[in-house]
Amino acid sequence: MFRRSGGQCVATFAHDEVRVLRKVAAEVVGLLTDGMDHTDPVVSRLFPDIYPDRPDDSQEFRLYTEGDLKTGKIDQAGAILAALPDEGEGEVRLDGEAAEAWLRAINDARLAMGTRLEIAADTDLGEELDNAVIDDPGSSRVFQLSVYAYLGYLQESLLNALPEIK
Amino acid sequence: MGGMALPQVAPVETPEIQEVPEEDRPWVTIVWDDPVNLMSYVTWVFQKLFGYSKEKAERLMMDVHTKGKAVVSIGARERMEMDANQLHGYGLWATVDRG
Repeated sequence: MFRRSGGQCVATFAHDEVRVLRKVAAEVVGLLTDGMDHTDPVVSRLFPDIYPDRPDDSQEFRLYTEGDLKTGKIDQAGAILAALPDEGEGEVRLDGEAAEAWLRAINDARLAMGTRLEIAADTDLGEELDNAVIDDPGSSRVFQLSVYAYLGYLQESLLNALPEIK
Repeated sequence: MGGMALPQVAPVETPEIQEVPEEDRPWVTIVWDDPVNLMSYVTWVFQKLFGYSKEKAERLMMDVHTKGKAVVSIGARERMEMDANQLHGYGLWATVDRG
């Protein structure tokens, strides 16, 4: 988890955390680079229609803006990959700009995972995880839910480690 | 007020409420509630992107959270489109509409 130290946001990640974060960031990059499928609910969540009742206007706006939006999202996921050690454990130190990129990228990853996991307003994550463990402790759902919860704590810790906005 | 005679006041004429024609109404950017974004993150985005005070950003975030949506900026259409697009960059669910 992040803490504030010497004007930077600093975290020490264990081997498993580094592996999970690299995987999650790489998955976001993959989702954005393999010819995006707009019928995929994850893509619609990351790139919402700007005019819900006017599909033509939304489409036209998308035509002009989606490229840059996508590039921005790939860059911010790239900031996670760039700051992490290639493998093994290690310390990450982020200045203001890098911390912002991490926040946005963690958020994109949480949106993607949350959509796939069908997280709803009334979802109790702890209960969801308990049920998944009872069903099958080795399932991919248990892993995905754990990573999703972990990313939420990580994002919160990074927000707390940021300097106050004046 | 018991027993005191109230002065007779002629009913004030209520001016007819003028419907603002649609083309003169400003545009708005709306942020919608979603189950994933952290409340602290949404507040931070409002401060960062719009330069809103922490109090205002928190109030807007609570509106989004409790009412399902909130108007976060008002102005010319192009400006609102830019705001919504930037909000999408932060992962917030934003749309543009006439106010």
